[in-house]
Amino acid sequence: MSRNPLIREVPPTSWYFRHPRYLRYMSREITSIFIGAYCVLLVFGLAALAGGPEPYAAFIAALQSPLSIAFHVAVFIAALYHATTWFNATQVAMKIQIGEDFLPGSTITGAHYVIWAVLSLVILGFAGVF
Amino acid sequence: MAKSNKPVVWFPFAAGGTVIAFFIPVIALLTLLAALGKLPSGLTYDALHGLLAGSVLAKLVVFGVLALSLWSSAHRLRCTCFDFGLRIDTLVATVLYIAAIVASLAAAMLLFRL
Repeated sequence: MSRNPLIREVPPTSWYFRHPRYLRYMSREITSIFIGAYCVLLVFGLAALAGGPEPYAAFIAALQSPLSIAFHVAVFIAALYHATTWFNATQVAMKIQIGEDFLPGSTITGAHYVIWAVLSLVILGFAGVF
Repeated sequence: MAKSNKPVVWFPFAAGGTVIAFFIPVIALLTLLAALGKLPSGLTYDALHGLLAGSVLAKLVVFGVLALSLWSSAHRLRCTCFDFGLRIDTLVATVLYIAAIVASLAAAMLLFRL
């Protein structure tokens, strides 16, 4: 007696519309497109900086196009989404045991948020924003 | 024991995810200000060039942030391509990882030249 194997049809290009959880997963995946492109942009900025004052001024001027402003807003939102979801996941990814007990997850995630805030403020201060 | 290249790919991915979470939001905010015409004083040519040209530590930090972020993004883009139905993983992985390595090497050479 043989049975046909169970084959569950999963549409490869539209599966993530089946459940809100899948959509949240995919929206997080999409942030990598913006962050990857932004990292490449930073390398181009480095090339302009290495080229001298004129190429660097041209690079900064090119940043001010409407398309670039929209891209930077998208990157900033994507980076914030990546950071918050990443820090929220740390409590699952890195369990810290002290004696018999585990450190509460909120402490681990909270510590990451505190370090993130301090680091960001220090970098902003160092860059002369305030 | 079976040999696997997974740890080699995965470790820089995880490190890069952390580096992106800590550094990219604030860096993106700084360049967003520059894009809006409010260039922070630390991002002028003299300030940025002076900082990077004068400090090996600053060069190493910038290289570390860029290289790990690039690798992590390449790895995540590979997964994203697969999840969107692009089932040619070997080709996608090869192209993206090579792109990340080339961009990292370019960053290292540019920083060295400053």
